Amino acid sequence: MKRFRRHGTESQRDRLKQELFQFTKTVEHGFPHQPSALGYSSSLQLMAIGTRSGAIKLYGAPGVEFMGLHDENAAVTQVFFMPHQVELVTLLDDNSLHMWTLRSHKGLSELLEIGRFLLTGPPGAPPSVTRVTSVLTHSSGELLLLGTEGGHVFIVEVPGFRELEEMNISLDQITSCVPDDYVGRRNLEHVEALQENPINSNQVAIGYGRGLMVIWDLNHRCAIRHIPATQQLESMWWTENGSCILSSHSDGSYCCWTLRTGDKKEEEEKSNIPYGHFPCKAINKIVQLPTAGGPPFLLFSGGMPRASYGDRHCITVIYSKTQVAFDFTSRIIDFFVIRDGPHHTGEPSALVVLVEEELVVIDLQTEGWPVIQTPYLVPLHSSAITCSYHVSAIPLKLWERIIAAGVVQNTQYSKKLWPITGGQNLAPDPPQRDLLLTGHEDGTVRFWDASGVCLYPLYKLSTAAVFNADADLNDNMSQSAEGEWPPFRKVGCFDPYSDDPRLGIQKIHLCKYSGYLTVAGTAGQILMLELNDEAAEQTVEAKVVDLLQGQEGFRWKGHTQLDVREEPVLFPPGFQPFTVVQCQPPAVVTALNLHSEWKLVAFGTSHGFGVYDYLQKNTVLVKCTLNPSDQLAMEGPLSRVKSIKKSLRQSFRRIRRSRVSLRKHHISNTNKIQEANARLEAELAEMELAPVQRKIEARSSDDSFTGLVRILCFADTFLSDSSHNTPSLWAGTNGGTVFAYILYIPPVEHRADEALTAQPAKEIQLMHRAPVVGIVVLDGHGAPLPEPLETAHDLARSPDLLGSHHVLVISEEQFKVFTLPKLSSKMKLKLTAVDGSRVRRVGVAWFGSSRTEDYGESGLVFLTNQGDVHVLSLPHIKMQIRYPCIRREDVSGIASCVFTKQGQGFYLMSPSEFERFSLSTRYLVEPRCLVEAPLPPVFSNQHQPKLEGASSALRCTQDTEDPESAARRVMEHALLNDEKVLQEIQKSLEGDQTAFPENNVKSAVA
Amino acid sequence: MNKNHRVPSSRSLSAVEVKSKFGAEFRRFSLDRSKPGRFDEFYGLLQHVHRIPNVELLVAYADVHGDLLPINNDDNYLKAVKSANPLLRLFLQRKEEADYTTFGTDSLTRKKNTVLSAVLLRPDPNKKKPPVIISLPKDFRPVSSIIDVDILPETHRRVRLYKHGQEKPLGFYIRDGSSVRVTPQGLEKVPGIFISRLVPGGLADSTGLLAVNDEVLEVNGIEVVGKSLDQVTDMMIANSHNLIITVKPANQRNNVVRGGGGGGGAASGSSSDSGASYHGYVPQGAAATAGPTHIIQNFPVGELESDEDDEDLVIEVGGEAETIQRTTSNYSMLSLPRYEPHLNLRTTTAANSCSAFSINANGNLRGSGGSLTNTNASSTTPSPDRAKERRNLEEEGTVITL
Repeated sequence: MKRFRRHGTESQRDRLKQELFQFTKTVEHGFPHQPSALGYSSSLQLMAIGTRSGAIKLYGAPGVEFMGLHDENAAVTQVFFMPHQVELVTLLDDNSLHMWTLRSHKGLSELLEIGRFLLTGPPGAPPSVTRVTSVLTHSSGELLLLGTEGGHVFIVEVPGFRELEEMNISLDQITSCVPDDYVGRRNLEHVEALQENPINSNQVAIGYGRGLMVIWDLNHRCAIRHIPATQQLESMWWTENGSCILSSHSDGSYCCWTLRTGDKKEEEEKSNIPYGHFPCKAINKIVQLPTAGGPPFLLFSGGMPRASYGDRHCITVIYSKTQVAFDFTSRIIDFFVIRDGPHHTGEPSALVVLVEEELVVIDLQTEGWPVIQTPYLVPLHSSAITCSYHVSAIPLKLWERIIAAGVVQNTQYSKKLWPITGGQNLAPDPPQRDLLLTGHEDGTVRFWDASGVCLYPLYKLSTAAVFNADADLNDNMSQSAEGEWPPFRKVGCFDPYSDDPRLGIQKIHLCKYSGYLTVAGTAGQILMLELNDEAAEQTVEAKVVDLLQGQEGFRWKGHTQLDVREEPVLFPPGFQPFTVVQCQPPAVVTALNLHSEWKLVAFGTSHGFGVYDYLQKNTVLVKCTLNPSDQLAMEGPLSRVKSIKKSLRQSFRRIRRSRVSLRKHHISNTNKIQEANARLEAELAEMELAPVQRKIEARSSDDSFTGLVRILCFADTFLSDSSHNTPSLWAGTNGGTVFAYILYIPPVEHRADEALTAQPAKEIQLMHRAPVVGIVVLDGHGAPLPEPLETAHDLARSPDLLGSHHVLVISEEQFKVFTLPKLSSKMKLKLTAVDGSRVRRVGVAWFGSSRTEDYGESGLVFLTNQGDVHVLSLPHIKMQIRYPCIRREDVSGIASCVFTKQGQGFYLMSPSEFERFSLSTRYLVEPRCLVEAPLPPVFSNQHQPKLEGASSALRCTQDTEDPESAARRVMEHALLNDEKVLQEIQKSLEGDQTAFPENNVKSAVA
Repeated sequence: MNKNHRVPSSRSLSAVEVKSKFGAEFRRFSLDRSKPGRFDEFYGLLQHVHRIPNVELLVAYADVHGDLLPINNDDNYLKAVKSANPLLRLFLQRKEEADYTTFGTDSLTRKKNTVLSAVLLRPDPNKKKPPVIISLPKDFRPVSSIIDVDILPETHRRVRLYKHGQEKPLGFYIRDGSSVRVTPQGLEKVPGIFISRLVPGGLADSTGLLAVNDEVLEVNGIEVVGKSLDQVTDMMIANSHNLIITVKPANQRNNVVRGGGGGGGAASGSSSDSGASYHGYVPQGAAATAGPTHIIQNFPVGELESDEDDEDLVIEVGGEAETIQRTTSNYSMLSLPRYEPHLNLRTTTAANSCSAFSINANGNLRGSGGSLTNTNASSTTPSPDRAKERRNLEEEGTVITL
């Protein structure tokens, strides 16, 4: 048939596809996985976070964010903004330095890598000579000082990364100026810290691991003085007035060294061990900031008594007589302090702490130093995410009620505005209000504002209060007792420890029109909740539903069901539970649906499914889908034991593989094919160790978990005959069976007292027996049926009930359209048989054309186990587009994917981050922001580095020959050509301009 | 026994002379050629004339080629009567004593002494191996076939496995591996998918068409290059009802030799340890007297995707299960005659080490009355018994060629 299809329609369709579909990964929500470095630019008001996977993320005002990724797959160990510039420098684990910039393009800024550099030592030198351990970005903005493991300091000119060899500070130069009595034969060790004198940028302090600190004059290239500390140095801080240097040490002490002018000998103030007496851990970083009229702020991380509190992650803030040790739940990566004032040199206003699992900002100006709620970088994983659910286009009323419920919960936060304000958010206001709900292992459901670039927490619902759980509700967040020493205060919300895994949330369904919410969990519990603006004390009604329906000979070996509290419980404003259904056996709930118009909730587990009428509070239908020979399903979640075994095996395999790949690295300078052969051989050898083979067998009805209910769906459609539509319930199982039931629902006036019934109507057994993962009923126009209450609220066109309905059954392997009510097969599309991929996640979305406002169509969006997203047309189930989205190895990422009704999607790219992507050309939520270069700084003091002026003078006079002549050549050429070339010339001239300073600085220095 | 040949009598046009032998006894009678009646009547007649009313019998006759063929239904009975010229020689055996190994093609004429003696005389006491009982024909159904021989390189083999909802598992495993390819740069190893294990008694094992270490190149017409082991596994399982695998056999000695009719016998004759076999479709009627014939089947890739096995079951509540009517039409494969349960098949094998054996299937297939189907097998397999058992499970349409 293809032969006869006209070309015209084909290309027209192709054009339409381009107007409808476009795949973009738009923004990453949540907290970066494994952060490893923190940087801050007070002039730009931007914060930079580097991660162990080589990503770099910049954050400013809410909505302003940039993301970059180093090509090298190495951890970012340090991030520095160039002072008063839009450039930043990153140091990676592999000792490479990278220069990034924010370049404006079409009115928006983008983060670009503009250079990389690897420090090369003299030939034959050991690698430690050039191993960078500390970096100082000089305030001139043109120099980088790189302290190395070998104790040398290399000076590099930026941008361009040109080594200024003659300026380097070698270890010999240092040792020659230090008295022998200190140096002796001892090694100074690596350069631990580099600090610039805040009032004289020609002076830098070099701190060595052994403890020695040397103040070096860059202009005269000589040491001015030295500070002979004897403890292992951890960090160094030059106070703002330039009069003191603070040093912190590995024994938990810090010292203040006063620099008296004219006197060679430094005076050490008494060494101070803040948490003294007993041995303490190192103080990793120390900062002292002055205040206008009072004592300075002193902040340091670490220094806890080793034996009693060695495991705490603390930052101590001391101001006047107040001292607080902020106690974080994960390791501290770094911290900085934001200061007030037009040049951000005033009072310390906020302490920003990056810990491994979250970002905590503490308001230092409000009494009690409360925490400021972060508008972004919120740890999604404060308890592990177990499921997610997206609701588009929330009605304003519900939105406001949810926000109001959330505000009540967040009273402990500071009222202060978010202190990081760099950049401008130019993104248009989101077209609608979207909610993302995440279910967590600890039984909470978190509501996030997913409308825009910032995934902002709105409200948190806890289901644990319904049950008699062992959880101690007010445990570790309680304030410490008076007079405790050290004065701990718990901060942060990352708390991955779940007291009872049965509380975990597995499925969520929210009706946005009625405010009814149902959540289902690991121990077969299904909670019905209703939004209430007032706190209420009520008893939650429990109902046990036996899904086995008298099937015998089985023994549930899994967890027991949760114990529902019988006494009334006080629930805060928000979603309040009124009924809990408990499945028996208490297996994890695998499918859930809510029809708020019919007031029914449908739920399924590996044993069967049921329908509960939450108005009359009784069960309408219970169906056991369990195969009598399926022992595994019966025994409960023992597979966890298996999976541990499996994961152990896999990790051994991985270790083995990494050994193989290590060996691989050493092969070099050989024929490429040989290399490939060797690699394959190594892989083969590995395979022999652990032969991986796959059984090829048709699925049979006796397979395990064939009765597991994968999907439940309500539809008002034609199930019995083609003239009367009736409410119906559809259920799909793992074994490829679809059950359809006709529901008899009494008219509204008798809804509360007449009985509801459910009658089995049809059953489809898919011959290929693949799990049914989706059921979509299409109306006479081929459009998916609207959601319950949607037409009642005039928000959707009522479905076409005249034409014939169809039901689309989506299995992991195929898409099949059946006619209704006869259920004859009409169309199908095979997926697995053709390309070996299987459907993992599926959703229906509406795609609007980017060209015309009024055209749009529905599509079926799905994600395969290969990590590809596809769109199928509806109702003809023709493949439209396909894009690789997630790595196929990222099984949890694939499993976590949710689609929105507007053709966007979210998946967990790490336990703490959602990646947002869009398949639609019309709906795109992505950061659009502009960062402008700060005004040139106004220096108030006379200690300007002379080289700066010199270089700018030279810049004007000295022009090298080469670019000039090159430009001339191009110009001549352009005369013969068009204006395109002229533009090129323009560009090349600009390029040359930026290249000039390199040469100039060199000559200036020389 | 050749002495039994007679000069055709004048009555031969209207009557069939029947000489029936049971044990050491002969009976002679005649049948009306135009009205031979039904098989069960004939069976009763035989019991009557031999006076063995309660003995279960296996009835066989020698056809014009000297082949010993079974009579167990109306079709092959009619065929036997029709082809009798003029004498119909019948050999009766007690069912419980039946020696199934004696059926075969070409055996009576070529190896008269050996084969006929196996039937007519007492079984050879020197015979080393006990005769193998071969499944009765009702168990026969196509389980596998070699297809597209003419369009594939000789080193490749495209095998079709029929699951047919039977209990027998597909029964094989696949693994990752590497194969060597010749490139302009020299030999290069490339990753590939290989058969790693055959489950004894499984479909894959019983066809003898697949072997361990065969490289899997395609699944139902789709190349597996660049696909992961899991993807290929999923593809195979998704196609398990009608699985077509193109392999590069590890053993390249049994490959089909292309180039026409008579070559097939030679090709199969050279089959050795893996016991390769292939099947062909013969236009009905043309094969009645055909000797060993090599025939190939071709399926355009588009047709490989069969809907046949994909009929979902819809159960109306309270009603009976019905298969879903398909809106798409059958394709050529489905119009091939399906196996009919009454089709009888007997195999005979020589007791000697030559072990040339043949299968003759005789049946009325799809109303083209009296077409003789001819199957031929020859083998030098070291373990003929197992190989034979395996082979007799293979059937495709009208002709089996082993």
